Parts: sequence; structure tokens; C-alpha cells
Amino acid sequence: MAARVQACTACHGREGRATPDGYFPRLAGKPQAYLYHQLLNFREGRRRYPLMSGLLEHLSDAYLAEMASYFASLEIPYPPPRPPVVDSVLLERGRRLVQQGDVGRGLPACVQCHGSAMTGLSPAVPGLLGLPRDYLNSQLGAWQTGQRRAQSPDCMARVARMLSADDVSAVSAWLASQALPPNPRAVKSLPQPLPFKCGGLIAREGS
Amino acid sequence: MRRWLWGGGLVLGLGVILFAVLIWMGWRQAPESASAAVGASAQALSADQVSRGAYLAKVGNCMACHTAQGGEPYAGGRPIETPFGRVYSSNLTSDPETGLGRWTEYDFWQALHHGRSRDGRLLNPAFPYVEYSRVTPEDARDLWAFLRTLSPVVRENTAHELAWPYRTQWALAFWRGLYFRPAVWQTEPDQSPQWNRGGYLVQGLGHCAACHTPRDALGGYRLGAEFGGYHLPGQGWYAPSLKDLGQAGLDAAGREDWVRVLKSGVGAAAVVTGPMAEVVSQSTQYLSLEDLRAMASYLASPSDAPGRASVAEGPRGAVVSAGPLGVGAQLYERHCSSCHGEQGRGVLGAYPPLAGNRAVLMVQTDNLVRIVLEGGYAPSTADNPRPHGMPPFRLVLRDDEVAAVLSYVRNAWGNSAPPIVPLDVLRGGAAAH
Repeated sequence: MAARVQACTACHGREGRATPDGYFPRLAGKPQAYLYHQLLNFREGRRRYPLMSGLLEHLSDAYLAEMASYFASLEIPYPPPRPPVVDSVLLERGRRLVQQGDVGRGLPACVQCHGSAMTGLSPAVPGLLGLPRDYLNSQLGAWQTGQRRAQSPDCMARVARMLSADDVSAVSAWLASQALPPNPRAVKSLPQPLPFKCGGLIAREGS
Repeated sequence: MRRWLWGGGLVLGLGVILFAVLIWMGWRQAPESASAAVGASAQALSADQVSRGAYLAKVGNCMACHTAQGGEPYAGGRPIETPFGRVYSSNLTSDPETGLGRWTEYDFWQALHHGRSRDGRLLNPAFPYVEYSRVTPEDARDLWAFLRTLSPVVRENTAHELAWPYRTQWALAFWRGLYFRPAVWQTEPDQSPQWNRGGYLVQGLGHCAACHTPRDALGGYRLGAEFGGYHLPGQGWYAPSLKDLGQAGLDAAGREDWVRVLKSGVGAAAVVTGPMAEVVSQSTQYLSLEDLRAMASYLASPSDAPGRASVAEGPRGAVVSAGPLGVGAQLYERHCSSCHGEQGRGVLGAYPPLAGNRAVLMVQTDNLVRIVLEGGYAPSTADNPRPHGMPPFRLVLRDDEVAAVLSYVRNAWGNSAPPIVPLDVLRGGAAAH
């Protein structure tokens, strides 16, 4: 399988281990269904990146699922995060939004869906650590403008649209500065039900 | 002086008359009476008829154009770039308001054979009725039987975005006067039934010419250049010649490999990418081997045909030994050789060979540049469900490095072709987006 997904490695690094130094997100160890949904989203235009869409255009669902399984199965150590480049006030604001949300605005905390350790919820919710800050910024921005979408109902779009530009900057700065916990795997369950309905999870249950 | 005025006036007058005659000719191709070619009766659909129609829809690759990215199959809305503007495909599902739900078999025949919509409007020839006109009434009936089984999807048709005068009916009438005559496929009695079947498919539903035949400034086929290869406008891809053995032409010996490429997406030295990957993915992989062989038989050049007419001349000796090829060799070693091999031999079924590969050596380098910049996968097909892919190098190599490595590839292992310059790469990159 490694040979068959070599096309992915030009951007995502050997075995999909892209580091936080660049722009491209890591693939290795992400939850299988999350990766699979992203491949479908690129192929079907819910996410827009011409190089990705072009590569996937004529690949079957079964093959994309197999590619997703391959990258999900790789357990590769994460490099340490880069030190934060923003001031401590912004960083603290980011931490609070990630861990507590903003009850006054009805904004859920990131950890409510992505897990208290932010390593994701298996099989369809991704972890938030080990990603470049530029990538996090651009994804949240793309969700706000509708450039990135997920299966409907698009819970992440709903959350992203509640964020101001400063919120995005604070959240991405804090997330990008955090090291992975000793066990970087996605959790199997959450202590509480999800705050919103998510199409990506429903599609999974239905399939 | 007066004589000049008279002469000018005469020429102008004749021009106007000719213009009017062409518009009249294009318009006049009158809808025939409902009973003429196709019975208007609504017979019960037999399962056979529907399955034959489904197969014909694959041959015609109807779904690819009539489905938007991520949209419902056959509900239309896909933009098609033309030099005259953007044309949007229409909803073919059986929805009565936005699709073909109110159409009859007769209406469908008018569209397919005459390029006219149900209301008599002339259709834009981005819908390849120049070819579809050759479809027999029997096949049209089966195709229609299949289309009627498509579940209704409500999707209002998107208006074309065409510049004046291309959006007008009189411009379409003029165009038809120049380039379109309704016709059916004429059997060539001197040729085998297999050849005739292939010709019917290639020239009819297969509409191979739509991409592979060069067009003039008005978008009509250039005379005497059938299947001669065409730079697809606005796409940055070159649809290679199907006649030239130096491009995608085939001779008797190459027929079986050609069939394999169209069936699986991969052949001995070819991997389909770009727009042809879509054709294989959605159309030709579903064709019977018998039909593919018939198409090969029709397209194959006779054994005395001229050979590789457009394989490029090699560079002068000075260029071969110059610096860029040294850089190119190093880049090849670092980025390419692990798959394509030290000797450019590739791996059968996975990585195409580069030594002696006509796709590498062709004069038209658009596709070569494109595949290095953007990478690509062969399509998933029943015969090759898990294809290998080429990584995109757009973000890895600079334009001059792409030029250097491709110039090296075009001149290593016995290959010989003019070098590629950074401007070619810049142009290829710009065409891609």
C-alpha cells in the first residue's frame, strides 16, 4: 500500500508524517473515517484544493477507504511542537476557548468533540494537535467562508462561524504550541454527548 | 472610383446573402414529423431495452458531462469550458419541471439527431449532436428508454454564460449552416462488420472527435484533420492524435494494448490521466471487449500508413551535453528513479516506462508538463481497482527544475527530443488553474 499512496507523500511527507514546520497536515494516525470523509469531500467538492481534487477525481470509494485505513494505521511518533509566537494573553484566550468554550455565546469547547486530550474521537473526529498553525488558521477560515464543508449537518461550520478572527488566531496559536500526550490515539468515547449533530458521524452510522 | 464602390458593394452584398443562406440552412433542418423516424407511441419499456440503453449511455459517456461535481447523477449543472464561454449541462432526470419528465421519445430524437430542444430551440453544440446525429433510431429509442428510468431530481438548469453573439439562436443557426448536417452512420460495404461497428461507435455515441479532432476559430472541425489531435481550450490538456503513431495512433500490432488501456486505464507504456481518465472511468471501462476491439479496428492505421510523423527531432549535440541535462539527471535520480527506474523502464502496470514512451517524446509537451506539476492517478476500474499514482511536483520543484528533469528524460536511454524550457512549464502551470 505504501507504494500506492506515494503520490500523497510529496506534500504530506513520508508515510504522511508532515511536521508542523510546513503547511500540510499530517495524515499518519488520524482516525480512519475522518480521513475517508476528507478524501470524499475533496473528490466531491466540499473541500477545495485543486491538487487533491485532481488526484482523487477517478478513484473509487473502496480504494479511498483503503488509503484512509492505511494512513490511520500508521503509528509514528510526533515531533515536539514549535514554541508559540504570540503573547501570553492571546495564548491564554486560546486555551480557554479550546478547553471551556464560551458559554455566554453558546460556543462549545473544542474538547467537547475532539476529546479532553484533543486527540480526536474514533473513528470520525480528528485530533487537533501536531498540526501547523497556518493549516489550522486556513481551515477555520475556510469553514467560515464555506470553502470547506463537511457532510450535512455541518457542525464544524456552525462552530467556526461563531469565532471572530481573534478567536481563530488564539485557538490556532494555542493548539499549535501543545505537545501530544503520551498516548496520541483518538479516544473511543466521550464523557458527554456531542453538543451538535454532525453529518460526518451520522453518515458513518448510516453506512 | 465608382467601379471600386460598385465592386465593394457587390462583395458586401454577396457576403450578406451567403451569411443569410447559412443561417437559413442551419435553422431549416426542420424537425421531421413525429412518425418519420421514431414512433411516438409510448410502448411499455422492456428490461432488455433499458439495459441496452444503459450500456449506450456508457458508450456516450452521458453521465460524466450531465453530472456536477458532487451532484446527483444525470441532474446536470457541470460547467463545460469553451472558447466562447461556459456551457452548463442540463438535467436529464425524469423530473417534469426541471428535467426531461415531459419529453417524449420524439423530443429526444429531435435533440439527439437534430440538435434541437423540445421547444424547437437550437442546442449548443457542446452537446455533441454533430456525432450523436449518427446514432440509429433503434439505439436512440433504447437510450431514451433508459433515461426515462432515472429517478426525478429537481435541479433547475443553469443558464449558459456565453458572450454575444454566441448565445444567440441565429449564431447557432449560422454555425450549423457551416458545420452540421443531420446524418446517420453509413455502412462501408468494403469494410468488415467489425470495422463498421467500430466506426459507428467512434463516430457516433463515442464522440471521440469532440476532443481529438482539431477545430477552427469558430469551433467547427478542421477539414481533413480528423482525429489529428487538439489542444483542449481552457483545460491545458492536449488530446493526442489517434492517427499519428507517434502520438496515440495505433496499428494492427498495437490494438490489444489500446483495448487494455481503454478497458483498465493502464497499458504496457500508457497510463490514462487528465480528461481521458474520466472517459475510461465513466465510459470505456464498461464497454465490451468486442466493442473496444471494433473501435480499435476502425481507428487502426493500415499497415502502410506513415509512421511516427510527429515524434520530435532530437536536440543538437551541444544541448545534450550542456548543464541543464546534468542537473536534470541529478533531479531524476532523486525524485523519479525509485519508481520509473534507473533506465527509465518503469514497472509494468504501476509506473509507465519513460524510455521510448511516445507520451514523453511528443512535440506537444502540455500533458508531460502537466503530469509532473500536478501528478495524477489512473482511474479505478474493474480491471485495475487500486491504481498507482504520480505525486504532484508543483510544490517540490521550481519551473526550471521541472524543465531540466523533463529535458533529461526526453534525451536519456535512447530518447531524443527537443528540450523543455521553463516557459513551457510556466505555461503548463498557468493552464492548470
